[in-house]
Amino acid sequence: MGDFFSPEELMTVTAARCVGNDDVCFVGIGLPSAACNLARLTHAPEITLIYESGTINARPRVLPLSIGDGELCTTALATVSVPEFFRYWLQGGRITVGFLGAAQIDRFANLNTTVVGSYESPSVRLPGAGGAPEMAASCQRIFIVMPHSKRAMVAKLDFLTSLGHGEGGDARARHGIGTAGPVKLITDLCVMQPDAVTRELTVTSVHPGVTRDRIQAATGWTVRFAEQVTETAAPSSNELDVLRRLKADTERAHQRA
Amino acid sequence: MALFCSLEEAIRDAVRDEDVVAMEGFTHLIPFAAAHEMIRQGRRHLTLVRMTPDLIYDQLIGAGCAAKLIFSWGGNPGVGSLHRLRDAVENGWPHPLAIEEYSHAAMANAYDAGAANLPFAVFRGCPGDLTKVNAKFRTVSCPFTGETLTAVPAMRPDVTIIHAQRADREGNVVLDGIIGVQKEALLAAARSVVTVEEVVDSFEGAPANACILPRWTVGAIVVAPGGAFPSYAYGYYERNNAFYLAWDAISRDRDAFNRWIEENVMKTGSGIRDAGSGIRDAGSGILDAGSRDSR
Repeated sequence: MGDFFSPEELMTVTAARCVGNDDVCFVGIGLPSAACNLARLTHAPEITLIYESGTINARPRVLPLSIGDGELCTTALATVSVPEFFRYWLQGGRITVGFLGAAQIDRFANLNTTVVGSYESPSVRLPGAGGAPEMAASCQRIFIVMPHSKRAMVAKLDFLTSLGHGEGGDARARHGIGTAGPVKLITDLCVMQPDAVTRELTVTSVHPGVTRDRIQAATGWTVRFAEQVTETAAPSSNELDVLRRLKADTERAHQRA
Repeated sequence: MALFCSLEEAIRDAVRDEDVVAMEGFTHLIPFAAAHEMIRQGRRHLTLVRMTPDLIYDQLIGAGCAAKLIFSWGGNPGVGSLHRLRDAVENGWPHPLAIEEYSHAAMANAYDAGAANLPFAVFRGCPGDLTKVNAKFRTVSCPFTGETLTAVPAMRPDVTIIHAQRADREGNVVLDGIIGVQKEALLAAARSVVTVEEVVDSFEGAPANACILPRWTVGAIVVAPGGAFPSYAYGYYERNNAFYLAWDAISRDRDAFNRWIEENVMKTGSGIRDAGSGIRDAGSGILDAGSRDSR
């Protein structure tokens, strides 16, 4: 302990600690991929990682730049077609955990990855839905990882791409969706979890050195804090070592033409 | 029935202005050489269909080939935006681009329905604003349980273009590695073009359930080694991640983009490409036999 670490490293390690050996993870590119592989290389060697390119039980030696890098196929147990992946594996209910990020999130963990501004004439055209809407419906539970900022944590989404807890309460059940939806939001300032009844995101753990005022200042709605707020555990030396080695190996591999 | 021909002939015969064209390949086996030939031949007013537009459609859109884009995720994977796509949507450059937007699950199911000769696809969708901006998202009731499910029309392109590793001399085609939606997209289309790395005597040694498209399902076949570059062909060459990173700066600026197209697409013929990458040194090595060991 006592190691220096960046906010992104703390987010990645905190996300990695959310998953275990029994999980079957739908892995997205970027921080979720780093977190899931960190878990695999530390406390969860038996974890199952699936990328939407259809690579099942992938064990990449470096982090892929895209969800379809050859590294995934080479190290996977099996590679299936994209329709099969979405039908048998995701819709089939075989995936326990999905990680999502977004440009905007609201207090009920609904996500926007489509546009900033109006749909017809957006100020920023974002990549769009990809696999996220069906992940949000079909994965047993969802973890959301994204940096905390007033621009991202908004009172009202410009576009609802992927359903979180809708208008709150039993919204998911009313839509006929039986999965848990977002169970945790990990930012660079804190961890938030949906309230048991209202499903509004509530701060349950604050990262070391972060004040409540700073969290509120970076959030576009009035933030609720749980009765018991803990301090997020700092990354261990081993977690930081493994993560940094993985990142360095990845960097070298991606610069190679 | 599969017909071997040049890339120039294949695109001239199969792709017409205003066609609905699907070019698939999920990160892997993306048919870049065919797209560059479409740019050289000046195709216009195309409806481009692809789950992940990627750099290939950024190039076609920026070059002015597209009137409409049907897609589900439009980014440069792991890097950021597709700047030519954004410039078309946000600023109408080089001209306005209509958008018909789905989720991955919706498009994968739509291709599958097209291949299966069904009028529509049914799946468990997710409520959200996509269904409000794309009227082709509908719902159906299960005739047995009454459950409400999501439906989208089958995807039936005029032409599907894919890249594969090998064809045999009869024109059968085999794909290996991440196979995406290529089989479904090709079987759903009225016409097809398949570019391949090489022609082999037989597929002996291929697993019994390999992804094979029989010759009588394939339109034109073009031998185009390196035809998926800067994406990759599993077993032949790796994805050029450095070029995907470099594309961000090239595509951000209209002049830089135009220069890149001029140098790397317009001035090169449709034969074997030595510089499809725009990073000449990096691109020229891809056909070296040594790179096959990289898998």
